[in-house]
Amino acid sequence: MTVTTAAPPSPAAEAPARGPRRAVRLRRAALPYVLLLPALVLELLVHLVPMTVGAVMSFKELTQFFVRDWGSAPWTGLGNYRVAVRFDAPVGQALLHSFLITCGFTVLSVGLSWLLGTAAAILTQERFRGRALLRGVFLIPYALPVYAAVITWSFMFQRDNGLVNHLFHDQLHLASGHPFWLIGGNSFAALVTVSVWRSWPFAFLCLTAGLQNIPRELYEAAAMDGAGIWQQIRRITMPSLRPVNQVLVLVLFLWTFNDFNTPYVLFGKSAPDAADVISIHIYQSSFITWNFGSGAAMSVLLLLFLLLVTAGYLIATTRGRDADA
Amino acid sequence: MRETRAFVWTRRIVLTLLAAFALTPVYVMLSASLKPLAEVQGAFRWLPGRLTLRPYLDIWHTVPLAHYFVNSLIVATGSTLASVVVAVFAAYGVSRHRFRGRRLFTVTVLSTQMFPGILFLLPMFLLFVNIGNATGIALYGSRGGLILTYLTFSLPFSIWMLVGYLDSIPRDLDEAALTDGCGPLGALLRVVVPAAVPGIVAVAVYAFMTAWGEVLFASVMTNDTTRTLAVGLQGYATETDVYWNQVMAASLVVSVPVVAGFLLLQRYLVAGLTAGAVK
Repeated sequence: MTVTTAAPPSPAAEAPARGPRRAVRLRRAALPYVLLLPALVLELLVHLVPMTVGAVMSFKELTQFFVRDWGSAPWTGLGNYRVAVRFDAPVGQALLHSFLITCGFTVLSVGLSWLLGTAAAILTQERFRGRALLRGVFLIPYALPVYAAVITWSFMFQRDNGLVNHLFHDQLHLASGHPFWLIGGNSFAALVTVSVWRSWPFAFLCLTAGLQNIPRELYEAAAMDGAGIWQQIRRITMPSLRPVNQVLVLVLFLWTFNDFNTPYVLFGKSAPDAADVISIHIYQSSFITWNFGSGAAMSVLLLLFLLLVTAGYLIATTRGRDADA
Repeated sequence: MRETRAFVWTRRIVLTLLAAFALTPVYVMLSASLKPLAEVQGAFRWLPGRLTLRPYLDIWHTVPLAHYFVNSLIVATGSTLASVVVAVFAAYGVSRHRFRGRRLFTVTVLSTQMFPGILFLLPMFLLFVNIGNATGIALYGSRGGLILTYLTFSLPFSIWMLVGYLDSIPRDLDEAALTDGCGPLGALLRVVVPAAVPGIVAVAVYAFMTAWGEVLFASVMTNDTTRTLAVGLQGYATETDVYWNQVMAASLVVSVPVVAGFLLLQRYLVAGLTAGAVK
């Protein structure tokens, strides 16, 4: 996002104004706010009000008895937060477990998605027969509606009639027996697989767009100097993609960390312990136990964590970029 | 770039594997949707033993799929239209004017995109229930209410992407229109909007796709009559059985409109993303 210094409104537009100049200037000053008004009202309605209510909720003991009339729920101060971060008690322990699972899941999924997206983007940079078709194919996972795609994966992961066990045990003989994939320890691997399948096309799309901005002369000059193709990729392509990567990795991180749709459709209402990611965890502790105050407190903690990570990430990467310039 | 043999072979192998990874679920969806129920309940087979189109007829009766389809269409179209129209005006304001609070506005829009949906879900659920209780306006369980919740993610995204796109359109264009006697609104509607069609299309497609696939709000904020496809597809699983062939057939049917739209407009999407996100 660029924020440039104020450009004065064009004098040409001001010239034909015959009326009093002050009214014109006032109208001009008000114009951006008028344009923004609908967006501001909606932002207020769908973001600011719910967030304020959410913050207030987190200080209340909001159990099922108060859902229909939340004003009458008793205040509990920092009680909900204290319960959430008491890591030696069951609630806090479960939250910490879920948080760590989410971190591991996010790092793996973002890393692999980035890797596959980068490989695909670089390998399709040069023209070859079938490239356009292949690009279309790569984007299909991204274009499919989440639930349709993830339901298909849950069918593939079925123990007795699924593709995964058939392929790895019956055909490739890589696994012994037919393990469960959607319950127990394997569910983590299943979740990472589906998540990577869904998000690498986005990395591919962004990086393909980024590659188009690299001037061809750079490669030609490098080739003249005797650089081979791998060297060109390492010396020219990768450094040129840094600005794209900066945004891409952050966006992938936030999406993956907050992803609810994939685990929810894959596992149903109660995710297995090994794949109990944070959004599912908060959802469950709110809608299954009907304890909204506690869920709101966990959401606030989650938001604080995300803000901290994002700010740290932006400071770290932008400073590195400035040093380069 | 001079391509060595090693490079060409690496390319062939890696791209083939990636294509297989991307397409396997699509193949499973298609092939399982053409199998009789007994066959999808037995051990997995790559090729259907017996082809049948029955699942494509049954899906409409097992659950009211057409009804869910209409609901999804209304909600996705409604939230897309609302966010794109509002975003065009806001993005024009941000892109072409300097004013107090501009930076605050862009930072807010950018940061709300990173907020988890669950953060908005709980208070909105509570607000909808309490508003309904106090005033009798049924937001909870209504399509209008669901559209409102979808704006939490589609509005900031649309504004952000359109600001990027409008920034890439030369200012001289609308300034010329202003000189020719167009008002600011005329310049926006007659000059800027037509020039920004690829960006607007990209944003609209993206907003529609996200709304079409959304599960979190749909699973809480809908009831039997307003249920969308995202939740309705779970209806093919009963206590004892899952009609996997019907689930796959239904998944394919609900995917076709968005995938077709996406692939047709792929060019616009890449252009929109290049201008908006990747900058």
